[in-house]
Formats: sequence, structure tokens, C-alpha cells
Amino acid sequence: MRIAIALVLWVLPQVIFAQEWEDRQLFNDHASEQKLRIISSTDTSFFTPIIKSFISKYPNVAVEYLVTGTADIDRIFRATPDAFDVVISSAMDLQLKIVNDGLARPVSNVPLPSWAQWRQSLFAFTSEPAAIVINREAFAGHPIPDTRQKLIEALRARPEIFRGRIGTYDVRKSGLGYLFATQDARASETYWRLMEVMGALDIRLYCCSGDMINDLSDGTIAVAYNVLGSYATARVESKGAIEIILPSNFPTTMMRTAMVSIDAPHFEDASAFIRHLIALQSGSEKAAFPLPPLNSKLNDVERSTIALEPALMTFLDTLKRRRFLAEWEDAVIQKQQK
Amino acid sequence: MTRNLPTSGSLRNHLVLTLIGGAAILALLLFFAIRNYATQVAQQGQDNILGASVTSILDAASIRDGTIEVDIPYASFSMLSTQSDDRIFYAIYQDETFLSGYPKLSLATVSGQESIFQSVKHRGKTVRLVTASRTLIGIEKRTQIRVALAQTQDALSGTLAQISRNAALFGTGFFALAALLSIWASSTTVGQLKRLTNSVTRRGPQDLSPFEKPVPSEMLPLVTSLNSLMQRLDHSLGQSEDFIAEAAHRVRTPLATVRSYAEATLQRVDKEENRQALRSMVRAIDESSRAAGQLLDHAMITFRADHLEHQNLDLVALVNELVVRLMPIAEMKDLELRFHSDAQITYSGDPVLIQNAVRNLIDNALKYSPSEGTVNILVTAAPNVHVRVCDSGNGFPSEELNTLATRFKRGKNAEGTIGSGLGLTIAMDVARAHGGNLQLSNGTEGGACALLSL
Ligand SMILES: Nc1ncnc2c1ncn2[C@@H]1O[C@H](COP(=O)(O)OP(=O)(O)O)[C@@H](O)[C@H]1O
Ligand SMILES: [Mg+2]
Repeated sequence: MRIAIALVLWVLPQVIFAQEWEDRQLFNDHASEQKLRIISSTDTSFFTPIIKSFISKYPNVAVEYLVTGTADIDRIFRATPDAFDVVISSAMDLQLKIVNDGLARPVSNVPLPSWAQWRQSLFAFTSEPAAIVINREAFAGHPIPDTRQKLIEALRARPEIFRGRIGTYDVRKSGLGYLFATQDARASETYWRLMEVMGALDIRLYCCSGDMINDLSDGTIAVAYNVLGSYATARVESKGAIEIILPSNFPTTMMRTAMVSIDAPHFEDASAFIRHLIALQSGSEKAAFPLPPLNSKLNDVERSTIALEPALMTFLDTLKRRRFLAEWEDAVIQKQQK
Repeated sequence: MTRNLPTSGSLRNHLVLTLIGGAAILALLLFFAIRNYATQVAQQGQDNILGASVTSILDAASIRDGTIEVDIPYASFSMLSTQSDDRIFYAIYQDETFLSGYPKLSLATVSGQESIFQSVKHRGKTVRLVTASRTLIGIEKRTQIRVALAQTQDALSGTLAQISRNAALFGTGFFALAALLSIWASSTTVGQLKRLTNSVTRRGPQDLSPFEKPVPSEMLPLVTSLNSLMQRLDHSLGQSEDFIAEAAHRVRTPLATVRSYAEATLQRVDKEENRQALRSMVRAIDESSRAAGQLLDHAMITFRADHLEHQNLDLVALVNELVVRLMPIAEMKDLELRFHSDAQITYSGDPVLIQNAVRNLIDNALKYSPSEGTVNILVTAAPNVHVRVCDSGNGFPSEELNTLATRFKRGKNAEGTIGSGLGLTIAMDVARAHGGNLQLSNGTEGGACALLSL
């Protein structure tokens, strides 16, 4: 009940003030009255060089970059598909369902292999594994766990250190967190044991990776599970304090995807943006494309990249989601309250 | 003779068109049959996967603490991945209540174990829809779970397009081959006819023997009736020849008998009155005999001209022989026959006809020119082969020049002379049969000139 009220209180203002963005930036504003509107879950800092190189190629296009969470993107975009040109999100499942529901317009001539696109409408442009990020201090003098199993053992070994100092996504709020959780659960039973152990240690739940990494850097938490490595690496100032671990037994790997709205007001520019984005990701210039490209080999670990296929819609099913969340809450929250 | 007959179309074209038309129809049938079959197979493939998927979803349905749970397996949707990234839609109902999925998806009413497959429109797209149900038995009640699962048919239509292309290619190939075959078949069939035609045309004019070479059985009636026609023709030709010879004989012999009796009687009769009558009689007999001869000659020439018997001969010798034969008659009339000619002219023609023609011309010269005159006979090959007979008489009546050569036509100057009006006609016919002509003219200093070109 408390959760329900909290949820309502959290969702309500967002519903009423739908335009409250995490971030909103204009590029090349003076160039044109018409703005290419991009709704995205990726921090502006990652996209600034991408947009700037796009603008230098298309100086007549103004770009408005709007940042919000993956779940919000799904909700806002479905309500007003004609208000946006490009949709970028890390929640592959939500993105794929949008395409399946016919809300994306196909873009031709995008040079991507078939596994990195769906219906010529949804285009993957990064490959980012979910990482375990730890605060080095907490593990000083102890072996650093490099698998989920070892993490469980480490947590069990020193509960007093980790109680209240473990963080992960609140899968009820974060689309990406939900995607990672469901794919993890699908991959192995270890996930549930890990959640139970973490739940018993009063896990902290975050809506977004930013907050989680902040807390990790300053030592509020010692372990963050299923965080995007790319976000953690970007925090140069915290580099010394944290360490990114890619679980050697199949890190779940997500692909950030982009699509053009079916009702895009500026379809041509939007298509150009998609092509530009794909061209950048396959290019070798790190400065122009600060995100991990599709073919990157991080630490040479074998990765299980989440496939772009209709099966992604499985966990979005109402019944399935309800059941999964119930189980998740069982493991994470109930134990927390005990 | 070679008049163009009206044709009733070409047998060959008819054959070719019929065969090619048949081939086209067959090719089309083949195309549709293949495509239809492929469609069925491809559709069956999609149905099988949809059926398996929907079954796996139904299997995951259960009642837990009184509520329905459907734990859709990841594989259920995963198995629906296609090359063309087909979209999928689904809906789960408990009895009549919508539980999850796409509420707008229409689903069929199902009962029992059977899955129902349909092609329906969903969001403006044709989708393949399967509906299946399962009855769950809870503690208090039974409840029916229905699952509808639909998939677009992009991959399927891609496959079908490919198959259609291949089927079309196959059909076209088949058609081309059949067309070639039918052209070849009709050519060889018509070739048999052509061969027969050739062997008919190649025959000599006298060759009326039956065709002996083997022909296809369908052509046997034609060849048989052709053979019988030629046999009859041969027969009737023989009959006409015989008839002419017989007729000449039958007319001339009694006339000669009558004439000899009349002459004998003339010796014995003294009365001038009677002698006069007998002389008239002899003259009339001569006239009839001559006319009969001319008539027969004419008939013979008409007959022979159609079946001209070419024979290599020396024209000079031929005419000279005739002139020598006529010499005594000319002397009787105090006329001189002068023969001029080249050394030798080899010519291919009918000697009987040519002699007959020239004799008629010399006859005329002897008949129509007064005594003490000269008849010049010239045979030459320059500039073309011709025989010219000129006399020193009064010439042809000039106003009748153009009509004298017509049948039975006699000139004004012919009164009192024996004749039938066929002499020039015969000469003209002979000249024409040999590809030449007869020209009549009068010399500047009088005298008639007949030029028989060959
Ligand atoms: N050499 C000739 N001189 C004058 N007239 C001629 C001569 N030859 C033919 N004719 C004229 O042409 C006519 C036709 O000649 P032809 O056909 O030989 O018949 P026929 O001699 O039996 O009368 C003759 O009746 C005569 O009037
Ligand atoms: Mg005459």
C-alpha cells in the first residue's frame, strides 16, 4: 500500500506536467524554426558530440534533445507520436514493442546487419554490458568477485559491511532495469538467489544509473548491480574510487536503439540523423562517438547480447509482468521489510 | 495455267498456333499450380509455428490462489522470429474477459482442443491468426483460457514472391521449349506435304506415272486420288490422240476413194455437161479433203501445243526438206521457190508443228500469188530464230491484216481459191507454242510477207 501511494505520488506530477524533462537542450537553435525533436534516455553529454557533428554536416537543421527515463519515453511517445522525430532508448523491449505496434517509420539504406535492426525501423547503435560496479574501499583486502556466484559469496561473507549498501535499479520504475532483470532471470537462477541475498541486505533501489553511480562514488553504497558500464566510466572524477566488473559468466548486454516516429514532422532530417548516427558508431573516432559501438570487445568476455526479436515483448505482457514484479518484490522488498 | 488459288489459311500456322496456344495454357496452369502448392506449403509452415507457439502459451496458463496466471515462455514469441521481422499480436482471454495483450485482436470462438487458423485484417494488415483454448479446472469452477496469436506475413509473401518468380521462370522455360518443339513438329509435318508438292512440280510434262514413294498414312488418300486423277488424265489424253488420228483417217480415206471414183468416171463420161459436173465434184472433194486436213491439223496443233514435245533439230534442214517437197507444185504454177538460210540452226522444238506451220505459209504464197513470180523463203537465227516467207503477189488485203490470222477467217482476195481460213491460225498457234509470234506485212513493192518467229 505504501508503495502504491509512493508510486502514485511519483507518477502523478509526471502525468500532469508531461513536459518536465530530466534535461532539454537546443542545438543550432537559430538555424531553423523547425526543430528536429529527439526524445532520448541517454544523457545529453553522450549525445552532444554526435549532434554537433550532425549539425556540422546539416547546418540548416536545429535539434532539440529531450532526456527522460525509458518508461516515460514509452508513455510520452505513445501518447504523442507526432511530437517527436527520433526516439532513442536503452529499453530494447519497449522500443521493439513500439515498432511492433506500428509507431515507427522505416528508414531505408541504413547499413546495419539484420541482427542489429528490426523491420528497418529500429536501429541498434551501441553494445553495452550490464556491469557490477564496486567501491574499491569496501573490497580492500578481499578478492574482487568476477561472477554473480562469487558476488553472492562475498555478500554473504560480510553482511555487516554490505547491509544497506547495495544498489540496483528499481525495476518497477526503470525500463532498462526491468529489461536487465528479466534477461538476467531468463539466463540463470543465480539472479533470484542474488536478489534474495541483496533483498536480505536491505538493497537500495534507484530509478536511474546517475544517482546510483553518485552514491557509489561517495561510498554511500559499496556495490551496484546491473549498472551500465558506460555511465560509470564516464565519471572521470570517480575513476579511482570505483571498479567496473563485467561478470565473466555472460554479462547481459544491451543495445541502445533509435527509431523514427511514424508521424515524424521532419522525416527526412530524422532519417539523415539515423544514418549519421549509424555511420558514426561504425567509425573509429572515439571523440565523435563516446558510446561503446556495436562491435566493441570489452575485456574480451563472451557476451549475451539481448536479441532484437519479438520475444522481447514477452516480459511486457501484463500477466507476465505482474508475475515477475511480484516475484521480484518477494525477493527484494518483502525481505527488506522483514 | 498457274492461276493463284485462294487459300484458306496456312496449315502450318494453324498447327503452330494450336500447339503454342496449348503450351501457353499448360504453362499458365503449371505456374498457378506451383504457386498454389507453394502457398499452401508456406502457409502450412507458418501455421505450424503459430500453432506450436499458441500451445506453449496455453501450457503456461495456470490457476494460482484462485487467479489466472499465464507465464508466457520466452520461446513462444522467440520461435516467431522471421527473416522479415514479422510483427506479432496476441490476446489472452479468460472466458469473455480480456486479460492481456492486444485487446483489439479479434478472435474466433473455439471449443475443445482444436486450434482455428484464419487470415484476418488487423491494423490494416493481413495477419495469420490462430485461436486456441484450454479449460482450467480450479477448486470451485472451470474456466476457459483463450489465446489468439497473430503474425504478419511479410516473410511469407517474400518467400511466395520468390517462389512465384521461380515458377514464372519455370513456366516461361516450359513454354519456350514447347513453342520450339511445336514449330519443329509442324515444320516436319508440313515438310511431308512440301516434299510431295516438289515431286509433283519436278515432273516432266509427259510424266503421268503414279507416285510410288511412301507417304504418311494421312496423306495416302490425297496421293491415291492424285494418282487416279493422273491415270484418268493419261487415259483421256491417249484417247484424244487416237481420236485425232482415227478421225483424219476416217475422213480422208473415204474422200480419197470418192475422188478416185469421180476421176475414173470423168474418163468415161463424154458429155461436156456431165464432165463439168464431175470436175466440180472433184474440186469440192479436194476442198473438203483439204479442209478436213486443216481442221485435223489445227486440232492436232492445239493438242500438241499444250504438251509441246521439244526436240533438238536443225531448222535449216527441216525447212529445206519441206521446200524441196513443194518444188513440183510450185513448178506446176510457174513459180520459183528461193531458199535462203544460215548454215545450220540448232533449235529445240516440235518438228511436226514447225513443218506444218511453214508449209501453210508457203501454201498461201503459192495460192495467192500469180504465176511467173518468186517466193523467197528465209531461215535465219539473227537477230532471233525465224522463218520468213515472202511472195511477189498482191499482198494481204491491207485493211484485214490484223484479223487474217483468226480462225476460219479468209480475206477478200480469197474468193475462188480453195481454203478453210485456218492456215495462218495454225502458223500463229505454232509460233506461240514455241514462245514466238506470227507477223504479217506487205512489202513496199507489193507482195505478202509472213514472218514466223520462234
Ligand atoms: N500470200 C498471201 N497473199 C495474199 N493474201 C494472203 C496470203 N496468205 C494469206 N492471204 C490471205 O489471208 C487469208 C487467210 O489465209 P489462210 O488462213 O491461210 O486461209 P486460206 O488460205 O485457207 O484462205 C486468206 O484467205 C487470204 O485472204
Ligand atoms: Mg491458207
